[in-house]
Amino acid sequence: MDGIFLQQMINGLTLGSVYGLIAIGYTMVYGIIGMINFAHGEVYMVSAYLSAIGLALLAFFGLHSFPLLILGTLIFTILVTGVYGWVIERIAYKPLRNSTRLAPLISAIGMSLILQNYVQLAQGPRQQGVPTLLEGAFKLHIGDGWVQLTYTKLFILLASFAGMAVLTYVIQYTKLGRMCRATQQDRKMASILGINTDRVISYVFVIGAAMAALAGVLITMNYGTFDFYAGFIIGIKAFTAAVLGGIGSLPGAMLGGLILGVAEAQFSGMVNTDYKDVFAFGLLVTILIFRPQGLLGRPQVSKV
Amino acid sequence: MANATASAPRIDLKQSLVDTVLAGLVALIVFGPIVGIVLDGYSFNLQPVRLAWMVGAVMAGRLVLSLFLQTAAGSRVLDRFEGSDSGIQVLPPGYKTRLRWIIPLLVVAAVALPFFANKYLLTVVILGLIYVLLGLGLNIVVGLAGLLDLGYVAFYAIGAYGLALGYQYLGLGFWTVLPLAAITAAMAGALLGFPVLRMHGDYLAIVTLGFGEIIRLVLNNWLSFTGGPNGMQVPAPTIFGLEFGRRAKEGGTPIHEFLGIDYNQNLKFIFIYAVLFLVVLLVLYVKHRLTRMPVGRAWEALREDEIACRSLGLNHVLVKLSAFMLGASTAGLAGVFFASYQGFVNPSSFTFFESALILAIVVLGGMGSTLGVVIAAFVLTVTPELLRSFADYRVLLFGMLMVLMMIWRPRGLIRINRRGFAKRKGVAP
Repeated sequence: MDGIFLQQMINGLTLGSVYGLIAIGYTMVYGIIGMINFAHGEVYMVSAYLSAIGLALLAFFGLHSFPLLILGTLIFTILVTGVYGWVIERIAYKPLRNSTRLAPLISAIGMSLILQNYVQLAQGPRQQGVPTLLEGAFKLHIGDGWVQLTYTKLFILLASFAGMAVLTYVIQYTKLGRMCRATQQDRKMASILGINTDRVISYVFVIGAAMAALAGVLITMNYGTFDFYAGFIIGIKAFTAAVLGGIGSLPGAMLGGLILGVAEAQFSGMVNTDYKDVFAFGLLVTILIFRPQGLLGRPQVSKV
Repeated sequence: MANATASAPRIDLKQSLVDTVLAGLVALIVFGPIVGIVLDGYSFNLQPVRLAWMVGAVMAGRLVLSLFLQTAAGSRVLDRFEGSDSGIQVLPPGYKTRLRWIIPLLVVAAVALPFFANKYLLTVVILGLIYVLLGLGLNIVVGLAGLLDLGYVAFYAIGAYGLALGYQYLGLGFWTVLPLAAITAAMAGALLGFPVLRMHGDYLAIVTLGFGEIIRLVLNNWLSFTGGPNGMQVPAPTIFGLEFGRRAKEGGTPIHEFLGIDYNQNLKFIFIYAVLFLVVLLVLYVKHRLTRMPVGRAWEALREDEIACRSLGLNHVLVKLSAFMLGASTAGLAGVFFASYQGFVNPSSFTFFESALILAIVVLGGMGSTLGVVIAAFVLTVTPELLRSFADYRVLLFGMLMVLMMIWRPRGLIRINRRGFAKRKGVAP
């Protein structure tokens, strides 16, 4: 095992855990209303901007210690992005609950165009950035090279696993989670049993947006730069992760994210960086051909 | 809600005010950070005036909407929203539309155009016609067959780069590439569509979205083959070996010498316009016939209810694939025209925005409606030429257009309708 492989493994796991967080938004929405929320990538993009704005605000008010800064930014970003998720659902999808099959998809495309252009107009088209928050790294001497795990990457891994753990707890053990699962299994039956399914669907959008917000803060911390176009390609990749793990399955989204992240990092380490997006997309098509239900999903049976 | 207010049309002002304040609060949270605080390096600038305007607009809009929906007129508007089951309108047999004079009029106008148009008008109309072609192709895929293709621009790029690469590496010209591009694009469509069309329809959307981006990335990154971001030169078209330039290249004859007329730099565009117009008419005719043939009926039936169709023994993969390939080949044709019209191609003409623009044309024009698509293509391509100062807001407007159209009229402004069949004599009703 050489240094590059190990280094790319670390990079891939960090990237993959963040893909997993975004993929959760796709997979939960798909599970509950059977629709691909194309605007989800843009929600991530908005949250990246929000995290930079939150950091700038907190720094302006004189907050400089890392734990407080990151905690404040996280809370700010997650809350505001959650409201974004709710508003998007309310405007673009709720009126279309009983419409034709294609209508919510086209509406979602419209929504993602709106978000992209809105951020571009409001914040300007140039690239934005945040300062490095956590300096330093663990270094390991392997063979004739270094393998390093920066504190930022370690923080990303820990934070995303904590986020996933909280989500798993919410879905498995709380009343909200039970309502989500019931609505996912049978929306009509759930509403007969007294669950306000419209509200549950709104909650799912908010949860998805909150996870994307966590991802937004973490990716912004790691790369430092972003622009209004950032949601597009990450959105496609997170969707690939959701399909890879089996769409509709939460552990699948996390697993799919990790696998995609590692595969992509190894590909760019060993073969070519220019074509790593092409590789991720090729992976998506291959999965769809050979195992459309994904790794942990159940085969879909269409019913009347 | 609509029924309750209809029975008691009294205006509940308190509820409206509560709605307004809530909308204002949400708008403040949503717009506050992004609109009110503009990042500037690692610090920020405050823009409170802009924010106040937006929040005020949202609150005013919410108040007006809330009050309006409580009036009798408002509840009538609510009732008019289309439900899921308002499909195709069937007209009585022998029905003639009042708009039937419009088609001969358009054809006459189109034939007369080159005689009086200047170069600018010609180029605008050519661009409009290219988008008509793209809109018609995507309308087959999205409107008739109900498959959401978000990477349609990839097939357009295949056509355009087909001409550029074919000329550079194989010495092919406009006329050879025109049919070849259609075939190549259709083949690419088949390769992409075949594995994906077997599955739930939504997967196609994301796979085509990725495919469009991949084609652009490859065109951008493969410097040695496609010239990368700098693009490639495209040869001017010729007709029977006659060229459109002022001076012919080695051994050729310029067309103005051959015809014995003065050189006119519009000649190239008039030629492109004429061929493009004929191709558009051909595609219109083919589409018109196909929708009345079994395969066209099968597309629409599959769009409405896939399970019923499969139960009746339709091969859903082949039916969808035929629509997908036909749409792709139309885009390939449009690409060839675009390349020769522009004189060069580069990857920036084939971004996701183009796909979204073509989708907006189809959505605005009406899924499956031909005349609607033709009008929408001209409206959406020519209007930005006239309103240059709104260019920054173009994408925003397209996005709003898509969302509002889906809420208001998911099947487009112009309803699809079809003439019913007259009962034959001696057939029991």
